[in-house]
Amino acid sequence: MSDIAIEIRGFSQYFGQVRKINGLDLDVRRHEILGIIGPARSGKSTFLCALNRLNDLVRGSRHEGAIVVEGRDIYAPDVDVVELRRRLGMVFATPVPLPRSIYENVAFGARRAGVRRRDELDAIVRDSLEKGGLWEEVLDRLESSGQKLSGGQQQRLCLARILAVKPEFILLDEPTSGLDPISTMKIEESLRRLKKDYTIILVTNNTKQAARVADRTAFFLNGGLVEVGPTAKIFTAPDDRRTDDYLRGRFG
Amino acid sequence: MRRLAPSAEEKAARAGLWALTLITVAVLCFIILFILRRGLPVLSFEFLTANPVDMGKAGGIFSTVVGTVALTVLAVLIAAPLGVGTAIYLTEYTWGGPVTRIIRFGAECLAGIPSIIFGLFGFILFVTKLKFGWSILSGGLTLAFMLLPTIIRTSEEAIKSVPPEYRKVSFSLGSTKWQTVTRVVLPSALPGIVTGIVLSIGRSIGETAATIFTAGSALRLPTSLFSSSRTMAVHFYILAREGISMPNAYGTAAILIIAILGINLLTYFLMNRFIRKYS
Repeated sequence: MSDIAIEIRGFSQYFGQVRKINGLDLDVRRHEILGIIGPARSGKSTFLCALNRLNDLVRGSRHEGAIVVEGRDIYAPDVDVVELRRRLGMVFATPVPLPRSIYENVAFGARRAGVRRRDELDAIVRDSLEKGGLWEEVLDRLESSGQKLSGGQQQRLCLARILAVKPEFILLDEPTSGLDPISTMKIEESLRRLKKDYTIILVTNNTKQAARVADRTAFFLNGGLVEVGPTAKIFTAPDDRRTDDYLRGRFG
Repeated sequence: MRRLAPSAEEKAARAGLWALTLITVAVLCFIILFILRRGLPVLSFEFLTANPVDMGKAGGIFSTVVGTVALTVLAVLIAAPLGVGTAIYLTEYTWGGPVTRIIRFGAECLAGIPSIIFGLFGFILFVTKLKFGWSILSGGLTLAFMLLPTIIRTSEEAIKSVPPEYRKVSFSLGSTKWQTVTRVVLPSALPGIVTGIVLSIGRSIGETAATIFTAGSALRLPTSLFSSSRTMAVHFYILAREGISMPNAYGTAAILIIAILGINLLTYFLMNRFIRKYS
């Protein structure tokens, strides 16, 4: 078995006439944290939403090329999109707890997947909150609203919420862009712990974050991949001048 | 002319808007007090529970209360599922293309049609063509058609005001469209949807033109969907118009106003509790 979990081949994403991703080729390895950096509008978020087909929800969405997850093209006509989205859990830039209790936020995905038994749900909620690094802080107020948590707690709630669906991949779209340094650190700790069980793709505006947690880093520019490689190499001796320029803050 | 200083302008705006609000509230209070002052002396337990005697000159209004409740319940039971369903379809299941716009335009036109036209339409279709006669069924169906546009419109607005992020989160957690609609969108939109339905209940309780042609004006206690029945609003109209009994007319009007106030207050209270429980 190869260690490639996701293969992206010649993938382009259009919204109406606008092309957001242009002929992307990229491999994602199993149990790695792949950091994706690049200036605004370089196609990073669109790329994540192509992986779990959230782009389908946008009017006029269209693609070319293929994304193969564990040997299957996710845009093949017989793919169950609902099941696909369970396998690729996503954390958004702004934490969005649903207007429910902490418990029900975490149990949401499991309930939709058909888990009914209370003891089973209890176990899933506890396990997910522990993995998300939030259990200790909320164990005595699981019934209070998820929207009353602090920003950093909300984002860890969102992380726990996708873990409850038992995904194989975790997609994070600038998960700490609105958080303070300590909350950011907690999320990064969780990611390092989760790496052994999940394959993680981390889109970040903060290049230092990629340097801290990513095993490999990919640099996106104008909807295309400029280069990808071990994080240490990208940050110290990138092959492409544009990568170097971006990391030194010469543009972007 | 010299302009006002910003701080003076601010004060003037505040005072002006306050005065406008005061006028609104004053008009409302005046109407309510006017009706209640004339109506309340007539009210008694008998007035509510006895059937009209001698065309309504004597006795109570019990049969018209029953008729009003029956018509309103029937109309809302038909219009609410239809209207909310249509609103869900238009907002969640279409991209907002030309067909959606045509349906929406149609619903809006429907909202502008005077209720007496609905009455005439209901008379021709339900009373004569389908041979339901003057009945609660004909009246309820006619009222339902009349309420549809309001319910569609308010439900659509309520559904649209649910943050799009909620839907994205729900989908990304592996929900189907239907699960997203029923578990995320509708609970968040419910207060707005219920407000629309309550407004339409108020409208149907107060409606005369659409019901007098379709439910008729019989004073007997209705016994089935096919009984003709007079609503409170129609009763008021006939009592006042024919000069049968002004005190009883105002009594009926007082009951109408109290009922509508009561329904609004109750909904407000229930919604507050729902919102607190839900978030």
